[in-house]
Order: sequence, then C-alpha cells, then structure tokens
Amino acid sequence: MRLTINGVPRDVPAGDHETLLAVIRERLQLTGTKEGCARGECGACTVLIDGRAAYSCLTLAAGCADSAVTTIEGLGRADALHPLQQAFIEQDALQCGFCTPGQLLAAAALIARTPRPSEDDVRVALSGNLCRCGTYPKLVRAVMQAAEMMRAEP
Amino acid sequence: MERFQYTRARTIPEAIGIGAQATTAQQGAPVRFLAGGTTLVDLMKLNVEHPTRLVDINHLALNAIEHMPDGGLRIGALVRNAALAHDATVMKDYRVLSEALLSGASAQLRNVATTGGNLLQRTRCMYFRNTAMACNKREPGSGCSAIAGDNRSLAILGTSPQCIATNPSDMNVALAALDATVQVQGSKGERTIPFRDFHLLPGDTPHRETVLEPGDLVTHVTLAAPRAGATSRYLKLRDRASYEFALASAAVIVEVSGGRFGNVSIAMGGIGTKPWRMTAAEQALAGAPVDEATIVRAAKLALADAKPQSENGFKVELAQRCLAHALRLATGMAAS
Repeated sequence: MRLTINGVPRDVPAGDHETLLAVIRERLQLTGTKEGCARGECGACTVLIDGRAAYSCLTLAAGCADSAVTTIEGLGRADALHPLQQAFIEQDALQCGFCTPGQLLAAAALIARTPRPSEDDVRVALSGNLCRCGTYPKLVRAVMQAAEMMRAEP
Repeated sequence: MERFQYTRARTIPEAIGIGAQATTAQQGAPVRFLAGGTTLVDLMKLNVEHPTRLVDINHLALNAIEHMPDGGLRIGALVRNAALAHDATVMKDYRVLSEALLSGASAQLRNVATTGGNLLQRTRCMYFRNTAMACNKREPGSGCSAIAGDNRSLAILGTSPQCIATNPSDMNVALAALDATVQVQGSKGERTIPFRDFHLLPGDTPHRETVLEPGDLVTHVTLAAPRAGATSRYLKLRDRASYEFALASAAVIVEVSGGRFGNVSIAMGGIGTKPWRMTAAEQALAGAPVDEATIVRAAKLALADAKPQSENGFKVELAQRCLAHALRLATGMAAS
C-alpha cells in the first residue's frame, strides 16, 4: 500500500489487517509513535491524519491511502524544534517521556484549531492522552507557553 | 486480530450487495461496514467481533450536513462527531446534540468516529468485552456474568434476566430527545426508522441491538426543524470530567411560556439498555409551573420504574439529580 507519512509518499508491503500504528512502527521503523494500551484509551499512539489527531492503534493502515499522516518525526527537527517541543523542555513537561509524542501531537492539533486556548481548553484537548507520571500541570503550562510562542512568531 | 478480506466500497449499492451476503447484521456478523472503526477495530482486537470481511465505506458520499426544505437537518452517516458538534447550525439550533457529542470520548475519537457508527456504538460492559466471561450479548445462551458481578456502571432501566448492559452513546441520548429519524438503504430499498424504534431492548435476544438486517446501510440521520423558542441542554455525570462514559446523563428540550412548561422532551443515558425516553416525566412537566417542586417531582417520576443491580443502587438518585439539574439549566433556574 502507498502511504504519505510526514509529506513523503512511501510504498509499504503491509497487510490489510495491519493498524496504522503497526505499519508506522514496524514497517517504517518510525518508533517515535508509541504503543500503550492499543485500544484507544491512552493516546500514546496519537498521530495527525489530514491534520486531525487520531489514535493510530484503532486505524487500519489500508484506510489511509488517500490521507496525509504526520507522526512525531514530522513535527520538528533536532536542530529546529517545534515551539511545542521547546516549551515541553523549558517547562519540564515530561518525566519518562513515553506519552510525550502523543501529547505533542494532540496539543499541535489543539493549537491549529484554537490558537488562543484557555487552560481548560488544554485540559480537555489532552484528556485523551494519559500520563502515568502525572505531569499534567506542567503539560498545561507547556502548551499555554507554546501557543503564546506560536502567536508571537507566525 | 484475525485476518479478514478488506474491500473499499465505491458505491452504496456495492456496499449493500456485499453486506447482504451475510446471515446477520447483529453480534458476530461475518461482514461489517468500516467507518471510523473506533468501536469495530477495538472489538476485533479483543476478539469480540471477528468478521471475515470488512467493507470500508469511508469513501461513499455520505459526509454532508444538509439543510432540508422543511427547516430540518439531514446528517450523512459519515459526518464525523467533531464536525457535527462544531457545525454552526447544530451549535445554534440543536445545542443538546452538540453538547452530547462534545461530552463523549476524546478529541482523537471524535475526529474519527462517525454519526452512523456512534448510532451503533456497542456497550462498554466489561463482561461483553472480555471473551473469558459469560455474556449473552456476545455468545447467546452463555449466561450473564454482570448480574452477579461488577455492575456499578450498568443499567437500571430496560434490563432483562439475560442482559443488563448499558448503551454507552451520548449522541444517541440527544437524538432520542430530538425525535430523530434514521434513513437506511438495504437490498429491498430505502426506509426511514423513527429513532425510538431503531434500538431494541435486550429481552431474550441481547445479541440483537438494532432493527438492521444484513445489507442495511445507515445513510443519514434526520432532525426535524428546531422548535421555536425551545431551549435544549445535555448534562453528563461521570467519574471524571472528561473522556469517560456516563453514569447518568440527561438530554432535555423545554419550552417555557408564562412561567409554565410547554412541550418537554427528555431522554437519559448511562442508565438504560437503550437510549431512554422519559415520557411520564415529560407529561408531568407539560403545563406545570416552572419551579423546584415541579422539577424534583418529575425527576422522581422519571426513575419510578428503575430496577437497580447489586452495585448500582446509587444511580437512581444520581439520575434523578442529573435530570433535575438539566431542567434547571434549560429553564435558567441554574447557570451553567
């Protein structure tokens, strides 16, 4: 099947039964996307499909042939971090880091839709992403900071 | 997940033709239509559902929200929950539906889940979802582990000795209050099903959840024109403030004139085996003064037939309070 991941069309030898998560991680070796619960409850597998946050664990890759998929590898670069990534570092908004790729992409989808979110907007938008380290207050602060940074430098 | 044949349907007749080859459209159906997949793929991973054929309907032209000549709204089965909740007309004229949709699931799920799929959302009863447990809904005749088990979140209305599973959908509660209709295309043509007739009580056949037959494809949900002057609200009570299923929820549409209730529509969720319309409470409110005593009396009447399970007796009072507060919000007696 042909998938467009982070702007690059890729031909992938995958079966119809494979989830988008399995194809991203195991066929394409893009291991930034994490498998947590694998049943749409924890958010670690969050990617953007045509700009909208979705759980890749509940999405069949075969259904994504006409879509543009963004994974955490497509959000920023090591030498040019996305404002969200910069804010997560500055606010220390992670401990073990396992949920972080999903949190970042869920937050990116929020800011794209709501450039000036309230703290409650952030809490609700990230409620589909669990953090077992419990760093929720710092997540909210980081997303608020990133939104401000992104408004300042369009 | 077991292997299956994947087909991308190009036309509605093609999808219906493949679906009609199955022996059932209910639990265990060998052919399933794939829309958002948020319930279906999950249940396939759990081996609760094991279709041998998936028909991907995501590319059918069923993703529009159309204004009808009579002032109503026709919602395509593939309109995503997030798109429906944020639609300007839905937010203005059908607030109860927008609020219900936004109270459900997470942003990731609402972006993907569809109107038709939400209509068919399966119960979250943990015994249904666990193939090691007895469940008449999953395996007819195997028994019900929930009745003597952990049933705190399960139903107190519409239960049977075979099943006490709750319908989990928030959207369905709003659609029940709105008297929506469901448009279906099947191998025998098109038909329109009133919302109250769409879902079935468990009775002795809890594996049959809707009136759908093999090949039937939900194409649209239609709402009548909004009632002039009516106010509608959805209130959901749950264990945490977001991303959790309802313990009790209430969708209310009220008309008030001269300090008295006019027509009132009430449906409740989290407590019934199907979306539950509260007709006795509606009748008690019509014409009655808008005051605390009237509201509390109607809320008690609504739950008069409730039959709690071993661990969810609290739901009776919770649901009464939920309905009473939804009515206070809709009448302006309380501020949100």
